Parts: sequence; C-alpha cells; structure tokens
Amino acid sequence: MEQMKVLLKNVGKIRPESAKDYINAGGFEALRKALSMSSDEIIQTLKDSGLRGRGGAGFPTYRKLQFACSTENDTKYVVCNADEGEPGTNKDRILLSGDPCAIFEGMAIVGKAIGAHMGYIYMRGEYVYLREMLYKALENCEKEGCLGKNIMGSGFDFVIKLRMGAGAYVCGEETAMFESIEGKRGEPRYRPPYPGVHGLFGKPTVLNNVETLANIAPIFRNGTEWYRTIGTEGSPGTKLFTVIGNVEKRGVYEFPMGINLKELIYDVCGGIPDGKHLMAVQAGGASGPFINKDQIDIPLEIDYVAASGGRLGCGTILVIDDSNCIVDMVCNNLYFFKEESCGKCTPCREGTTRLYQLARKISDGKGTMKDIDAIKSLGETMNNASFCGLGRSATVPVESAIRNFYPDFERHIDKDFCPVCDREGRMQG
Amino acid sequence: MEEEMDRNLTYRVPASTLVEVAKIAAPYRDRPEHLMKVVLKVEQIVPIFSQDVTAVISREMNIPQTQVYSFVTFYQMLYTGRRGKYVIHMCQSAPCHIRGAEEVAKAVEDMLHIKMGETTEDNRFTLAYAPCMGVCDVSPAIMINGKVYGNLTPDSVREVIKRYIREEVQ
Amino acid sequence: MINLTIDGTEVSVEEGASILDAARKANVKIPTLCYHPDQTVKAVCRICVVEVEGMPGLQASCSTPASEGMVVKTASPKVIRARKDIMELIMARHPMECLGCQQNGRCELQNVAASLNMSKPSRYPLDIRKATIDNTSPSIVRDMQKCILCGRCEETCSDVQEIMVMAKENRGYYSMMVPPYGKKLVDTPCVNCGQCVQVCPTGAITVKDDTEKVYSFMDQDKVMVASIAPSVRVNLAEALGEEPGTVSTGRMITALRKIGFDRVFDTDFAADLTIMEEGSELLDRIQNGGTLPMFTSCCPAWIKYAETFYPEHLDNLSSCKSPMEMFGPLIKTYFAEKVKIEPSKICSVAIMPCTAKKFECQRDEMNASGYQDIDVVLTVQELARMIQTAGIDFKNLEEGEFDNPFGLGSGAGLIFGATGGVMEAALRTVYEKVTGKEMDPLDFTPVRGFEGIKEASVDLDGTVVKVAVAHGLGNARKILQEIGSGRAQYHFVEIMACPGGCIGGGGNAPRTWAKVEERKRAIYEEEKRLPVRKSHENPWIQQIYKEYLGAPLGEKSHQLLHTHYVNRHDLLGS
Repeated sequence: MEQMKVLLKNVGKIRPESAKDYINAGGFEALRKALSMSSDEIIQTLKDSGLRGRGGAGFPTYRKLQFACSTENDTKYVVCNADEGEPGTNKDRILLSGDPCAIFEGMAIVGKAIGAHMGYIYMRGEYVYLREMLYKALENCEKEGCLGKNIMGSGFDFVIKLRMGAGAYVCGEETAMFESIEGKRGEPRYRPPYPGVHGLFGKPTVLNNVETLANIAPIFRNGTEWYRTIGTEGSPGTKLFTVIGNVEKRGVYEFPMGINLKELIYDVCGGIPDGKHLMAVQAGGASGPFINKDQIDIPLEIDYVAASGGRLGCGTILVIDDSNCIVDMVCNNLYFFKEESCGKCTPCREGTTRLYQLARKISDGKGTMKDIDAIKSLGETMNNASFCGLGRSATVPVESAIRNFYPDFERHIDKDFCPVCDREGRMQG
Repeated sequence: MEEEMDRNLTYRVPASTLVEVAKIAAPYRDRPEHLMKVVLKVEQIVPIFSQDVTAVISREMNIPQTQVYSFVTFYQMLYTGRRGKYVIHMCQSAPCHIRGAEEVAKAVEDMLHIKMGETTEDNRFTLAYAPCMGVCDVSPAIMINGKVYGNLTPDSVREVIKRYIREEVQ
Repeated sequence: MINLTIDGTEVSVEEGASILDAARKANVKIPTLCYHPDQTVKAVCRICVVEVEGMPGLQASCSTPASEGMVVKTASPKVIRARKDIMELIMARHPMECLGCQQNGRCELQNVAASLNMSKPSRYPLDIRKATIDNTSPSIVRDMQKCILCGRCEETCSDVQEIMVMAKENRGYYSMMVPPYGKKLVDTPCVNCGQCVQVCPTGAITVKDDTEKVYSFMDQDKVMVASIAPSVRVNLAEALGEEPGTVSTGRMITALRKIGFDRVFDTDFAADLTIMEEGSELLDRIQNGGTLPMFTSCCPAWIKYAETFYPEHLDNLSSCKSPMEMFGPLIKTYFAEKVKIEPSKICSVAIMPCTAKKFECQRDEMNASGYQDIDVVLTVQELARMIQTAGIDFKNLEEGEFDNPFGLGSGAGLIFGATGGVMEAALRTVYEKVTGKEMDPLDFTPVRGFEGIKEASVDLDGTVVKVAVAHGLGNARKILQEIGSGRAQYHFVEIMACPGGCIGGGGNAPRTWAKVEERKRAIYEEEKRLPVRKSHENPWIQQIYKEYLGAPLGEKSHQLLHTHYVNRHDLLGS
C-alpha cells in the first residue's frame, strides 16, 4: 500500500535548517495567503478543512483559535507542543528534524489568526540534539523574511522561541507545559480558566501539537476542498502512524485517516517477525487501551476508535507478539505512570503506585480476584477524580487489558506458569 | 539513605565553577521564566545541583532557592544527588521492553555491579531509568550523556559500555 | 446571580462562586482537605469531588465555578465511592497512630475520615514515607510522614510570609514538602511564626509541646508564675470549643490556678511598660537624631526575620524587649525581692498566642535576671490541652482575678494583641507626653483593621510624625523595600509577623480570617470597658518606676528591659 505524503513530503528531500530549500519546495506560500486574510477568514478556513488535533483528544483546531481570538488582549501566545512523551511515539521528531519550517509556518498562521506575535516551541529534553539545527532554521526563516518583524512586508510580526523540557511526561499536558515554560515545576493547572483566556504567562494562548501545526500550511496552500478529499468525513487529512514493537518494518508512516489497523500492521509493516503471532496492540501511546488480535480490523479514525473504547491519540501503534505477557505489559505500563505522575493530586499520585503494586502482585502469582476488583474500582476513581488527563487516562491500559485479556489475569491468579512473569531477574521490582 | 543525604548536603563545587554558574545566571535576573535555560546550561559544567550551585542561581536570578530546588528535583534529567561521569539512561518503556530491554539492562547491571538508580563507587557510571526517548524504531535503546545507542542486545550493549570504561568515546 | 440546583435544592450565588461556595450556602456539607478559606484554591486533594450533570467524570467542587442551571449531586454513590477511595489512598500512606498524635481529636484529616465512615482497613499495604521527625526547632515540629501534600503550608510560608522555607521535592509518589537538601528547620531561615501550623490539616506540622516541662517544674515545687499575653483572653475559649471572639479573662485565671499556678499576672502590664520605654525611645530618636524609622520589637518572629533577611536594618529596631521578655526579669528580680522568694525557686511561664516566643525565651540575651528570664512559653493550644487534661469544665468556671503587683494592664496594653495596637498604644502616650493633651479621639482608627499596610500621621505640636503598620511578613518585606529604596519615609513602624497580629498568631486555635475578625472585635470591645486606657496612667506602672526602675530609658531599664540583636544573614545559605 502506497503512503500519502503530505506532511512528510519534504522530509529527507530538503535540508531541514534551510529556509530557502523550504521556500523552493513551495514553503511559506500558505503564510503569504494567510497574511492577506482576516482572522475570521483564517479560522473559517480551518473550520472548513475539518482539521482536528493530532496530539491526543482530537479537538477541532479552529475552536481553540476561536476561543483565543475572542479574548481581548494585547499579548497572546502560540505554543507548539513538541514534548512528544508518549512512549513509542516519534512522529513529531521526524517532522521537527525533517521539515521544521512547515511547523513554523503553521504557528505563524495561527499567530496571525489570533493576533499573537510570539510563539514557543516546547521540545522534550530527550531531543536536545535537534536544538542547534532548529535555532539555525529559525534564524534562516527570519533572514528570508518569513518570520520575525514585518513578515513578507505585511506588517505582521511573529517571533518563535525554543524552550526545552528536562524529562517530564506530564509536561505534554498543556497547562503543565505553560508552567514549565514559566520556569516552574510542570504541574497542571485547573480549568477553567481555559488556556484560550488565561494560558501561558496568564495570556490567551493556543497550544497545538507539532503534527497539527504541520497540517496547516498544506491546507492553506492546497485549499480545504483538496484537504477534505483525504481521510474520512469526521477526520479529514492524513495521519502519521508510528508503528513499533514486534513488526518487521518499524517506522513512521503517513496514511489518510481511516486506514485499517490490520492492513497497516500486516500489509504495510510486514507483520510479525520470527514466526510469532500477534497477541495485542496498544494504540495511542501509554494511555491507550490494549486490544486483542480479534479487535484490530478497524479503521484508524478519531471518532471510530473513540467509539470502540479506544483512542487514536498520537497515532502510535505498539504491536506486541505472543512471546510477551499482557500482565507483564500492564506492569510495565503502570510503572511508567507511577514514575511520571507529577504528584499534585491524590488519586494520581497515590493511585498510580497502588495500581502498579496490584498488577505486580498478580504478575507475581500472589494476586487474588479481589485485586482485580481493587484495580477496577481504583481505576474508576482515578478516571473520575484525577486533576488532569494523566491520572484520568493512566487507568485505560490496565482496564482494557482486564477486559480484553481476562483469561490471562485469571491464569496468573491461578498460579499457572507464565514464561515471562516467572522469569528470573526482572527489572522494576 | 542518611549517608547519601549527608554527602549531598556537604558536596561543594569549586569556587571557580561557581563564578561560571553566576555568569550563566546573571543575565536572567528577575526573569524566572528562563530558569530551565539557565539550569540546562549550568548542567553542562556542574555534576549535580548541589546547595552551593542552586544558591548561586537563586542569588543571581533573584528567585528563591527553594523554587530552584523544587524545580530541579521535578525533572528527571536534572540531578541533586550523586551522579556519575556517565549517566546511562535505560529506556524501560513498552517498545523497548518487548524487544529485550530487560536483558540489556540486566547485562549492564551485572557488568557495572550496580542496580538501576545507583552510581558506581568510583563515580563514573550512574544507571538511570528513563521513559521513552522517542527512538523506538531502534528499540531497545539506551542513552549515555545524550548519545543514543539502539538495536541493542546483551552482547552489543556490553561492547558499548566497554568503550566507556576504556574511555574510548569522545 | 447564578441559579443552580444542589442535591435538589435551588440556590443562587454570585458570579464567580464555586460549587463549594454554593453548597455551603445551601447548607450542603462537602468534605474538604486542601481547601482553606484564607487561601487560593488548589484542587489537589480531590476529596471535594461532586457529580455535575452533563460533565464527564467528577468535578472538584472547590475549583469548578457554579454556572446557570447547573445540576449538582454531592452525595451520589459514585461521589461517595470516589471520596472513600481517595481517603483510602491517603490512609494507606498515613501512620495509623492517631491515638498518640498531638492532633488527635482536632485533626481535619481524622474528621473527614470519620465523616466518610471509613469503617474498613485500607486494601493497600501501609507504606509510610521515609522521613524522620524534625524536632530541631524550638517552636515547630515537622513530621512529614503525616503530610498529605495539600500545599497549604507552602502557600503560607512562601506567599503570605514570603520566607520560603518549604519546597515540594521530587514528584509523584515520592513528593515531599521539605526544606531543601534535607535541611532541618533550625538550619533554615524559618522565623518560627507558626503560620504553617495554623493551616496544616493533619499532625504533620505541630506546635512543639512544652507542657511536660511545666509539669516537671511543678514537681520540683517551684513557685509557678504565669503571665498571660493580651490576645490569649480572646483566643483561649475558642481553642476549647467556644465561639471565636469569646472573652474568658476571669475563667482563664481560675483555670491556671486550678492547674497549679501560684501567681497569675497580666502581660498587659508589661505591654504598658513597653510603651513607656518604647515611647521614650521614639521621642529620644526623633529629638536627638537617632536612627529612623524606629521599628517595633515586640514580635520575635519579626525580629528573627529582620536579623536574617534585613540585618542592615538592625539599628532601626527598638532596643526594647518584648513585653514578655520585659516581664521575665522583673518577675525574677523586682517581684522575687518583694515577696522574698529566691529567684531560682521561681518558674516563670508565659502563656502566648505565639510559637516564636518559644524561640525568644531561649535567646542568649534573655537572662537579665541572672536566670533564664522566662522558663517556659506555652501557646494557647498547649494551655487549652492542659485545661482539658486536667478535666476542668472551662465553660462553667468562676471568674478569677489577676495577682498584684502585675495584675492591672491598661486598654493600651490589651490592644497589643491586634495589628496596629502597639502603634495606637504608643501614640496615646507619646501624644500626651509631648502635647500635654489627651489624644482625641483616643481610638486611633487609621492603624486598626486588616489592611496589609496602614499609614497615618500625627501632629505632635508641630512635629508631624509619620507612622506605618504592617502585619504578615510579606507586607513587612514590602514596607522594608519601600523604606530601603527611600520611597517611603516614616518615623515609627509597627510590624507583626502574623496576619492580623497576635490574635492571628501561630499558637492559637487554627485560624481563618473570619475567626480572626471576631477576635479583633472582642479585643477592641474589651479595651473600651477597661478603667485605664493609657499606659502611663496605669498606677502599677507609676509605682514600679517610683519604687524600682527610676525613669524610662534609665540605667535599670537598660539592664533589664532593653536588648540587642544578632545578624543571622548566614541562615540564608551560601
């Protein structure tokens, strides 16, 4: 099956730090168009395109802009979420390292729409090696007059600054990211007030994921009708899928929204290597559900996946073969959340560790049916009462694993042999 | 635990280094939003954010030391406690996990005679848990002082570590 | 106005009110832990969650604004289950030693657990934080095993007092609220104000308990002498469960006698003495080119604050000791001689609204009598506990009277208990001394009330004296910065570390502004009823100068009633 390269069009073809290369490939045409448009026209265009956030929740992009646009303030900000902390995800790294100017262009268009003159890219600390190149790319864009003061003679100013994280998954949550950019611990804020009213430095702010921003220039360049022809009715456009784990061909792939998960795994990525078989798939990163091999014949599209109890999220597809154990996977997953909980609210701070302990107890063959009940009820409370999305979604994988792989949990409780969990010298004790 | 704490309390960096720290922080006086930038630069010249280091940052930037301390203890990549010359970040996230990260980690532990989270006696290596580093296409992976090594097996990781032990890495 | 329905009851609230505000208005009880009416909304404990129709999951009622037509359920099975689950998580981390905890019976956490009917042991293994008890401070004990990370202490310390001793360390399950780098309280700039004690909902931060010391002095057959600070009479009854602002002067005296005190004196008397000395010092500074502005020195937390953060201003501090520490040496000299008791046989106990006084009484300078002038400081909380322990029916106690020669204080001495009181008391005396006329009106309202910084000026026969009053150390910092930069010029500045002054002190029953307001009302009402309202008109003051001290600022005064200060800048770290 052929990939459809809209976002990856330039990746590997141009020098990423070169604004000139980007311009020669048609770059900044979209911004030029947008500069001659009014706020309402830009937002209307995004609305017509049907673009939805590629970071996780799939929120319509134009609505975020609308909120910030309708709040009166001389200072507003555009923030690009390049924290990409979901385990298994590296699509944003590919975009940042392969075609950063497209992201800048998207940010500038958003800036023009809401009346912001300053943008921040918050990039995770692990990507520190991209920093110098991005500085160069920003500098080159300014030299070409595509960023900075009086962009393309339009009188519109837009400056982008780069900010680094230093290892905190929770900073991918938008208000936690604002806190981090402000020089504080990355702990989330409660809402309302919403970022569109009171965001970064207390100013109206629009925050978008790298991939979402990369979609904006193509929309303005090629028009909303063209964009609508790609993907599905509810989720137009292409999507980057990071397929990792036990597949032949790991990597980042671009396909129209709605591609079938089974086809992606078997046709595109070559299926499961070493003669093993598929056991489970976790879609959407660490907070995505575990589904079993009978549940993978589904279109990867925001609403469909959501309706089936899953989450397309960042488009990460973790393929797990049958040499693994689901209970062990759940332990690994919960270990991640217990290490990454910021500790601000009680349910998440305490609950992530307790969920891990309960799952570990089961994987160790010391669990009882009561422990499964405890996981379920604690999970429900965390899901209902946690402060931010981290605590609310940390329970999804374990709950889905129990639902979709119940016999495996029973097997561990019954102390039947598990080749993975009975192995000596496991980490994370 | 107590001993470790004492060591952290009494650790001091040389006065000349503190002067350098002050130079990094001073331009950002009364601009607390640049704390991350300052801290990441300072991290290049000090082994840990000891008391004297955060005190200088606090003084130069005019923000409370408690805030600096609270900040650096929050982020995984910043250290207030003991840290070796080389920090080996072992990715334990699912994509690495299912491709043998445990065996790789075990090999490194056995080789250096330390457990996850510990530092060797000679202060050369620290073994640290890391969440996903975004290089899952080459999992299992580790990162040593910013450098990524992927597609590891217990054998290949031993070769990598050996080069650090021999100081053959730039 | 916004109309909403809570548990079937319709209620109207102002725009901006939270669901919690609305529920309280509708008389619906929602348990809270991190919420404190004096503080910002934190929404971190999540115990106050409620169900809102049309919203997913549960909402924290403290941080969710009420909106028009909202339908809220505060006690649905889903809500109750979540609250119990959250409490269970807290319990699994909390040392279950409530019977041996200072806060037993007064603990917010315990009360909430009780209200939730937590009748089963936690499903999770008990996992108590590895933290040792910090007993190093003379005033405050920190036991971080009991901390539930509500963040109240940090807000008080950082945002109200601006001392910033506490930092949230690490993250997630490993988070702790501590001084940085494992430091003990005694090695930090902590000024012992005890405002963190005031807001802690558990036994994690408590007043250092010195009641045992008192009992052991009693065992040694000492002559037990109590002196009672002005604000205690409007605070003690509240600490024993009565309404805030209940005045219990006479009952308090009787209780102390029942506990075993031989003499009960009124620190209001010593406050009058302070006015005599401090007023004279102020005039001396103004007339003879002394360092101005002069700062009051009654508040030991403020003194330590100045010594630590603003040592360059130590010359601005009045050399007068606090009323308590003026009283100490007089008890062990003047009084001891008068009643012919060996001073070493006297145990002098000060009953205070204040935790910092415990530090003050241990200062090296406070040995003017040749002994530690005040042997023990008991806070209102501790005295209340002693009264309880003794089985005294405080509510129905008969009224007692103070002992002489220190049994009468003026109204001026009494109002020391509220912010602005020292200033008002001093001005009453200074004004009359300079002009020969009584200040009219005697109630000097510009310095009363809870505005953070209050300014006023008084015309003393042509010399306009500019004064300012600050309470809460955040406000003190502001005023010091104004003075340091030359933007503000004053002659006399009163500073009290605790918001509201001593009636809001760290050793009282847990505060809210509403309660402190009641205490303030009580103290000013009480002062109006007193026969003497100016310090210099207190007959016992006149007598002690005649018999013993000579004149204010005289040699004897200098020896017993004045002090010097120590530069503690080092505590701020390298």
